[in-house]
Amino acid sequence: MKYLPLVWAALWRRKPRTILTMLSVVVAFLLYGLLTAVNAAFNTGVELSGADRLVTTGKYSITQVLPYGYWQQVKNMDGVEQVTFASWFGGYYQEEFNFFPQFPVDPQSYFDVYSELTIDEDQLRAFVTTRTGAVVSKTLADRYGWSLGDRIPITAGIWPLADGSNSWEFDLVGIFDTRDPAARSQHEYMLMQHEYFDEARQFGQGTVGWFISQIRDPEQAGQIAQAIDAQFANSPNETRSDTEKAFNQSFLKQMGDIGLIIQSILGAVFFTLLFLTGNTMMQSVRERIGELAVLKTIGFSGGSLLMIVLAEALLLTLMAALIGLGLAAFLLPGLAENMPGFSGLALDLEAWITALLLALLLALIVGLPPALRAQRLSIVDALSEHA
Amino acid sequence: MNKERFGEIDVAETLVRLEGVAKSYRRGNQDIAVLDALNLNIERGDFLALMGPSGSGKSTLLNLVGGLDKPTRGSITVGDARLDQMSGGQLARWRAHHVGFVFQFYNLLGVLSAEKNVEVPLLLTKLSKAQRRKHVATALDVVGLADRARHKPSELSGGQAQRVAIARALVGDPDLLVCDEPTGDLDRSTADEILNLLQVLNRDHGKTIVMVTHDPKAAEAARQTLHLDKGKLVEAQGVAA
Ligand SMILES: Nc1ncnc2c1ncn2[C@@H]1O[C@H](COP(=O)(O)OP(=O)(O)OP(=O)(O)O)[C@@H](O)[C@H]1O
Ligand SMILES: [Mg+2]
Repeated sequence: MKYLPLVWAALWRRKPRTILTMLSVVVAFLLYGLLTAVNAAFNTGVELSGADRLVTTGKYSITQVLPYGYWQQVKNMDGVEQVTFASWFGGYYQEEFNFFPQFPVDPQSYFDVYSELTIDEDQLRAFVTTRTGAVVSKTLADRYGWSLGDRIPITAGIWPLADGSNSWEFDLVGIFDTRDPAARSQHEYMLMQHEYFDEARQFGQGTVGWFISQIRDPEQAGQIAQAIDAQFANSPNETRSDTEKAFNQSFLKQMGDIGLIIQSILGAVFFTLLFLTGNTMMQSVRERIGELAVLKTIGFSGGSLLMIVLAEALLLTLMAALIGLGLAAFLLPGLAENMPGFSGLALDLEAWITALLLALLLALIVGLPPALRAQRLSIVDALSEHA
Repeated sequence: MNKERFGEIDVAETLVRLEGVAKSYRRGNQDIAVLDALNLNIERGDFLALMGPSGSGKSTLLNLVGGLDKPTRGSITVGDARLDQMSGGQLARWRAHHVGFVFQFYNLLGVLSAEKNVEVPLLLTKLSKAQRRKHVATALDVVGLADRARHKPSELSGGQAQRVAIARALVGDPDLLVCDEPTGDLDRSTADEILNLLQVLNRDHGKTIVMVTHDPKAAEAARQTLHLDKGKLVEAQGVAA
C-alpha cells in the first residue's frame, strides 16, 4: 500500500498519546492471552476426559469417603470392565506452596484404567511391590529435579501417621508420562500405594475417596451410573456416579464458572479500551481535519481517506495486539512452570486468531466514525474553518 | 502542454470558461447568494489576479475554478472538462491531474518532510517510486529548495514552506495553478520572492495561474487583474502587465 508512509506518519503525530494508547491495548491483549490460556487449561480436563469412564463419589460431596468394600461390588456390575480407586492425600512437599495432588491408589488397576498414562514395566512392578513406593508425573520430576531412588518427604494436610506425625516419606520408584503431551497438565500428580497409606494413617482405615470405572460401552454410561448408585442407595454411604466429563465439569463449577469470570474481566477491559482508543482516534482526526482537507483538495477520494484513517486504527490495534499476545506467549511457559496442573499453558492457534479478529473489530469500531468523518469532509468548509 | 485537446474548436487559447455561474450557500433556511450570473474566460498562459473586499466571493470563485466546489447554476469548463457536471469522485480525480493548489497557510502535512509533502500528489498516479523521486527532485529544484528536501515544515521559514507548497502544486505538472492569497502570510521581501517564482512558472513553464490577493503589489506581478465586488466582476482600472 502506497499510502502506508502517510498512515504511519499520521499515527505518530502525537507520540506520547499514541504510545499510551498502544500500551493500554497491549495490556488488554496480554491479559486476554494469559486468561485465555488459563481458561483453555481448565477446559482441557473436560475435553480430554475419557468417554468410557465413570466416577463414583459420595452422594453429597467428593470429600465424603466410601467403603473400600465397594470396589468389589462395582467391579461386579454389568457393563463395567475394570475399576480402580483413589483418595485425596492433600499434602505438600517441603513448602506449602509446593502444592500438587497426591493420590493413594491401587497401582496396577490405576494404570490399567488410565490407559493414557505410560510407565516403564519394571517401574510399575516396583510400584506394586514397594510398600513406601511412589510414582510421579514426568512434569513434577522435572520441576523438582527428582530421580528414581529419591526419598520424597510429604507433609500431610489431612492424614497424619499413626503416631500423630505429619511427616510421610515415599521412595520414588517410577516416573510416568502421558501419550498425548496435551494431556500432561491433567496428570500432574504423585501416586502412592493405598495399602501402605491405609495401614500407616491414624484414622479412616478401610475407606477410599472415589472409584473410577471403565465401562464397555460409553452409550450405556447413564444406565450403568444409575445402576451403581441404586446398588448403594439406602446404605450409610450413598453414591453419585457420573461420566468423567460431567465430573470434571462439576468440579470446575465448584471453583466458580472460570469461563464466565474470565469473559467478564475481558469484557470490562475491552469496553474501557473502546473509549480509550476511540477517543484517541477521534482526537487524532479532529486535529488534522485541515490536513485531511488538503489531501482531498489534492485529489484523494473520500474512499481513500476512509481507508487511510481505518488503516491507522488498524495499525494501532494490530501492532499493540501482537505485542500483547507476544508478551503473553513469552510469559506463559514461566507461569506454567510455577503452577502445577498448568504445564500445558500456552496460546493455541484459535486464541491467536480470535485475538486478531478482536483487534480487527476494535479497529473497525473505533476507526469507523472518524473514518466516515474524513470521508464526508467538505473541503470548502474545512479549509475556511482552518484558515 | 496538451494543445490537441482543443482540436479544431476555436477555443485554443481559452483554458477556463465560466458561463452564468451562480453560487449560493444555505445558512439555516436562508440562501445566501455569493456569486451571481458570472461570466469569465481565462486564457491559457494567463496570470490573473483576483482582488476585492473581504467576503466578495474571491475564494468561492477560486474554489469553483479549481473544482473544489460545484456551482449552484451555470457551467464551468476547464480544458475539456465540464466541472459543473462532474460527481465528487470525478472532480477529485480531475483535480489530481489538472490543477495545483497553493494556500495562504501553506497547508503542508506537519509530520512529513518537504520531499514527502511534495510526493503526496504523486501517490495518486501510477508512477514508480524512482519516477516519483525524480519528479519531486525536479519540482523542489524549480522552487529552489533542493537543499531543504529532508526538512520538516516546522523547520522551514514561511517563504520556504510556501515554496514547498508550490512544489507540491507543481509536481503533477498541471496546466492550472490556483493560489488563494499565497503571500498573505509573508513579509514584503519574501512575498516578492514568491511572486517572482509564480511569474517564472507562468512565463517559463507555461502555467496558467489564478491568484486571489489583497495586496496591490502582488496583483502587479500578474498579467491582468480582475476585481470582484459583491459577487460581480469589475474590470480593473489601470492595471496592465
Ligand atoms: N462554506 C460556506 N458556507 C456558508 N457561507 C460561506 C461559505 N464559504 C463562504 N461563505 C460566504 O460566502 C461569502 C464569500 O466568501 P469568500 O470566502 O468567497 O470571500 P473572500 O472574498 O474570499 O473573502 P476573504 O477576502 O475574507 O477571504 C462570505 O459572505 C462567506 O461568509
Ligand atoms: Mg478568501
